[in-house]
Amino acid sequence: MNGNTILTVSDLKTSFKVKRAGRKYRVQAVDGISLSLVEGEVLGIVGESGCGKTTVGRSVVRLVQPDGGAIDFKGTNVIAASGASLRDLRLNIRMVFQDPYASLNPRRSIGDSVAEAGDINGFFKRGDERTALIAQTLMAVGLDPSFAKRYPHELSGGQRQRVGIARAILPRPAVIIADEPVSALDVSVQAQVLNLMMDLREELKLSMLFISHDLGVIGQISDRVAVMYMGRVVELADTRTILDHALHPYTRALMAAVPKPDPSKRIAGAIETGEPPSQFNRPSGCTYAARCPLHSARCLAEVPELRPIDPDHRLVACHNV
Amino acid sequence: MLSVRDLVVSLGSDKAPIDIVSDVSFTIGKGEILGLVGESGCGKSITSLAVMGLLPRPGPRIRTGQIELDGTDVTRLEPWQRVEAGHGRIAMIFQEPMTSLNPVRRIGDQIVEAVRVHDGITGSAAMARARELLDLVRIPDAALQLSAYPHQLSGGQRQRIMIAIALACRPQVLIADEPTTALDVTIQIQILGLLRDLCNRLEMAILFITHDMGVIAQLADRVAVMYAGRIVETAAADALFGSPSHHYTRGLMDCMPARNPGVRRLPTIAGQAPRPGTIVTGCAFAPRCSAVRDVCRVSAPLRVKIATAHEALCTFPIDAGRTT
Repeated sequence: MNGNTILTVSDLKTSFKVKRAGRKYRVQAVDGISLSLVEGEVLGIVGESGCGKTTVGRSVVRLVQPDGGAIDFKGTNVIAASGASLRDLRLNIRMVFQDPYASLNPRRSIGDSVAEAGDINGFFKRGDERTALIAQTLMAVGLDPSFAKRYPHELSGGQRQRVGIARAILPRPAVIIADEPVSALDVSVQAQVLNLMMDLREELKLSMLFISHDLGVIGQISDRVAVMYMGRVVELADTRTILDHALHPYTRALMAAVPKPDPSKRIAGAIETGEPPSQFNRPSGCTYAARCPLHSARCLAEVPELRPIDPDHRLVACHNV
Repeated sequence: MLSVRDLVVSLGSDKAPIDIVSDVSFTIGKGEILGLVGESGCGKSITSLAVMGLLPRPGPRIRTGQIELDGTDVTRLEPWQRVEAGHGRIAMIFQEPMTSLNPVRRIGDQIVEAVRVHDGITGSAAMARARELLDLVRIPDAALQLSAYPHQLSGGQRQRIMIAIALACRPQVLIADEPTTALDVTIQIQILGLLRDLCNRLEMAILFITHDMGVIAQLADRVAVMYAGRIVETAAADALFGSPSHHYTRGLMDCMPARNPGVRRLPTIAGQAPRPGTIVTGCAFAPRCSAVRDVCRVSAPLRVKIATAHEALCTFPIDAGRTT
């Protein structure tokens, strides 16, 4: 990989305490993940609900507290950061959330929401500086500066997500964590917002962790893709390699399940591919073994490590490829 | 099996109605899946609720048009009147099964409730029928699951339960409104497979509503594309995906990431859809259309026949010269 690594995640573990039917459980949402983000790169994280992809993103900005591993941003230890260093970190690593309806305060004007990070951190000495930066940021995301005086209910879903992006880029961050940023949008609007994110990435030289369940969207925007299953990365490679020659049986199953806009591949009848195991009762060995067409006795006993398969940096966690 | 003709659903008073669904017509035959596709607010869910007789009150109502179920006009019948008159063999499943199921009642009891209404049987006979329905939707260990509560099941299994309840009335027509939108892709494909399998085996007519062109392509035999309350194109799935005639259909397909592998910028449809109920002169899609002409902005678009069973609501459809 060329370029400088800006964010390194090593052996990250995050768990949650959950109470079910009177019993306490600890759900290991992220179970030992290592990733690195190169400057200017978009790293896609794809997986199905409950695989831990959102928890990875939230751990990196410390919205949840990891219970193991290390996160390093330009030499700063993210997990140990507090006070001023944490505030500084959160200006450099910004988050864009999925639901633009839930993530904007309905009683604050768009301008106030966009400028919030600047207000908290004392960016503005004079009111006109603030107005100018809000206007400039709104224009950068393709909105008219007059939107600053409007309120979220006056905006469409696509416009709200643009506001969400404006809010993230206002302090000129180095890294954006985008958690399903286009999943709540209609396809025609989804394409507009994806294009905007690709433009901003070039203009502002952003690095991005792009989290999505949608392989189509991930394939569009990412340089590299990490595929997650049950809290672990099962395959990590260049986007084209993942799309064209995925090796892990789960990645393959995921790709096969994505509906293709081609009626000649129509479904003829019942398909049974199983469901993920319960989070409360994780199987030993490979968590995908029960659904896997390749599984062997070893898979039930031994957790497969993420290991390099070929010279082009591809990593796969499977005993049988 | 189901035929809808010139359906108009309106809000507001009779003197000043605001049409949110206009002139919608379609038919679905036995063992056929019609995909109704469109973006949020285009009127696809309102259309399906109108067909079910489930429009919320007070709220939108059917102003004109006709809904025929197996040859009987049911337009003005309440759902309970339909069941009493024996025309109740139509069922619906929704996007989020958790909001449709009662969280404090066992699965078995919830299925039995539907069985009692439609079959008039009770007790162990009804429970046996419930078990049969669970087998039909391929729930493993059906006998065990009857005593489970909804929260103990996964999202995919809950949607199977909803389908089982829908099947309790032995429907001739099943309406599925975004039934897989809340599910993961590997679960979605199983539910789509199940619907196709049931459609074939039980010879149902299925109206499948979605915003996802990929899902439509994988499941539907015929497709109706809706925009701003109107059906703008209908065709067999192969014809629609092979050569879309309406510029909106074409735009929807073009902006799918799956159709553009490796492209830096996705093609988009400029602007956004009009809010439901907006009064439009000319073609509702004209402000966003890449091939718009002056006449489109002032006069309503024509419904053009492209080929057999392929129509587009566009005065200047794509490749009109090719018409046979």
